[in-house]
Amino acid sequence: MSLTLPIYLDHNATTPCDPRVVEAMLPYFTQKFGNAASRNHRFGWEAEEAVEYAREQVATLIGCTSKEIVWTSGSTESNNLAIKGVADMYQRQGKHIITAIHEHKAVLDPVKRLQKQGFEVTWLEPNSDGIITAAAVEAALRPDTILVSIMWANNELGTINEVPEIGRMLQSKFDEKSKPIFHTDATQWVGKMPTDVERDGVDLLSCTAHKMYGPKGIGCLYVRRRRPRVRLTPIIDGGGHERGMRSGTLNVTGIIGMGKACEIAGQEMDSEQQRLLKLRTRLEEGITAKLPMAVINGHRTKRLPGTANISFPYVEGESMMMAIKEIAVSSGSACTSASLEPSYVLKALGLGDEIAHSSIRFGLGRFTTQEEIDYTIDKVVKNVQHLLDMSPLWEMVQEGIDLSKIQWGAH
Amino acid sequence: MAYSDKVVDHYENPRNVGTMDKSDPNVGTGVVGAPECGDVMRLQIKVNPQTGVIEDAKFKTFGCGSAIASSSLATEWLKGKTLHDANEIKNTDIVQELALPPVKIHCSVLAEDAIKHAIEDYLEKHGKTMESLHEHEHDHQDAKA
Repeated sequence: MSLTLPIYLDHNATTPCDPRVVEAMLPYFTQKFGNAASRNHRFGWEAEEAVEYAREQVATLIGCTSKEIVWTSGSTESNNLAIKGVADMYQRQGKHIITAIHEHKAVLDPVKRLQKQGFEVTWLEPNSDGIITAAAVEAALRPDTILVSIMWANNELGTINEVPEIGRMLQSKFDEKSKPIFHTDATQWVGKMPTDVERDGVDLLSCTAHKMYGPKGIGCLYVRRRRPRVRLTPIIDGGGHERGMRSGTLNVTGIIGMGKACEIAGQEMDSEQQRLLKLRTRLEEGITAKLPMAVINGHRTKRLPGTANISFPYVEGESMMMAIKEIAVSSGSACTSASLEPSYVLKALGLGDEIAHSSIRFGLGRFTTQEEIDYTIDKVVKNVQHLLDMSPLWEMVQEGIDLSKIQWGAH
Repeated sequence: MAYSDKVVDHYENPRNVGTMDKSDPNVGTGVVGAPECGDVMRLQIKVNPQTGVIEDAKFKTFGCGSAIASSSLATEWLKGKTLHDANEIKNTDIVQELALPPVKIHCSVLAEDAIKHAIEDYLEKHGKTMESLHEHEHDHQDAKA
């Protein structure tokens, strides 16, 4: 098999649609194009039936009933609906929210907006492995806490927070009526790892299709209906679709794609996990064997199987990206034209600037081959070595100079 | 970001990467930038004390492709120049030669700074100041006249 360039290793950003997903969607663009809310004719009934079938497929994957799924445009909308919806609905019971500093912006920004409006927020910091523990959440609880929002797996590191432990801790500490609502942004988690919202005590869960080989522009929010029944103030009004929680004509083709994507993910999850873990281990070991200064960020094992975030100290991030331009990866640093700010997620781990500046996130996926991984190892090793040979910092470190003790000029 | 062909060429085939003995009296060393800013440049020159001509130049750079190219180009230009002429190299010359975009102009500024620091270091070792370069210039003009 020949290798095609560029190689796509950015599956945490998005995934290609699985051809089986596209095939399931196609008839609903042209023949079965009805509006799922049309009650008077066959076109509407067909669309509605397909939507309800997809709802079942999603519910099966995450362990809830289909009535608990609210379709949205994706995880950003789901996070907004969950966070703002709970804050508005429960504000008379309290104004305290617990979240973490290395959440995705789609959680950070809605919470910051609420903070401006008068809500009080505890921003938890992860430990140096990148993980938020149940103990950390428990210590932050207050009598007026109404919402805990902790992501399941981090998008940059792949690290897995103690979501089931947090869910169970909240259930054991509070009765149904006084329990803070527990929301998790499970965008990176669902479809890759076994999910059971019932067992794990999750009240609200955001996920999206395009991270699991479905189309972009469709996602959902799981909203618990029993013990407790979670109520949300909608963000989008008009028509009262989705039990009033999210109005707007349903994205029927997208929904069907998401349903199919969930079905495939469920069927192939076990074997895919094993396969990805093997490839990632090959990648990490291949790189660190030749480049001992490379640092793997985040917990060594409590990570999504396909994500590797590796820092290359003493080489600079942008030159690193330039060096491996045939490999589509994401730089841990936002080292673009204007801003030289290292990633806030890596900073949250307590990494020094010179390490956070040159980190690369490798996101492996369903169609990643061993050949592609071997090519990547070779390319990364050769180019980092090239950059190290040019790096005055690396030379100083090898001479035993402590870089932190040097007085650098101001620039 | 799209780099110019010249930047890519210097990045892939950097000229004069290396290290000189910084305690050698004929070597001048300039280190500029800081790791947290994402750029550290080290430029070294080896000067013939009799003629004041730069006989060799080396660099090492931690930085983006443009920073590497700016310092690599600087070493090419420095070789064979007198200290006086080396001191006249302007960052704008580097910008023009490498077709650097506005966001990368700081790389050329850094390279110019590194040249000046290396010259200053050499002169200090010989008990001279940057002003002495201009005195030399006057001598030169007088001689011509």
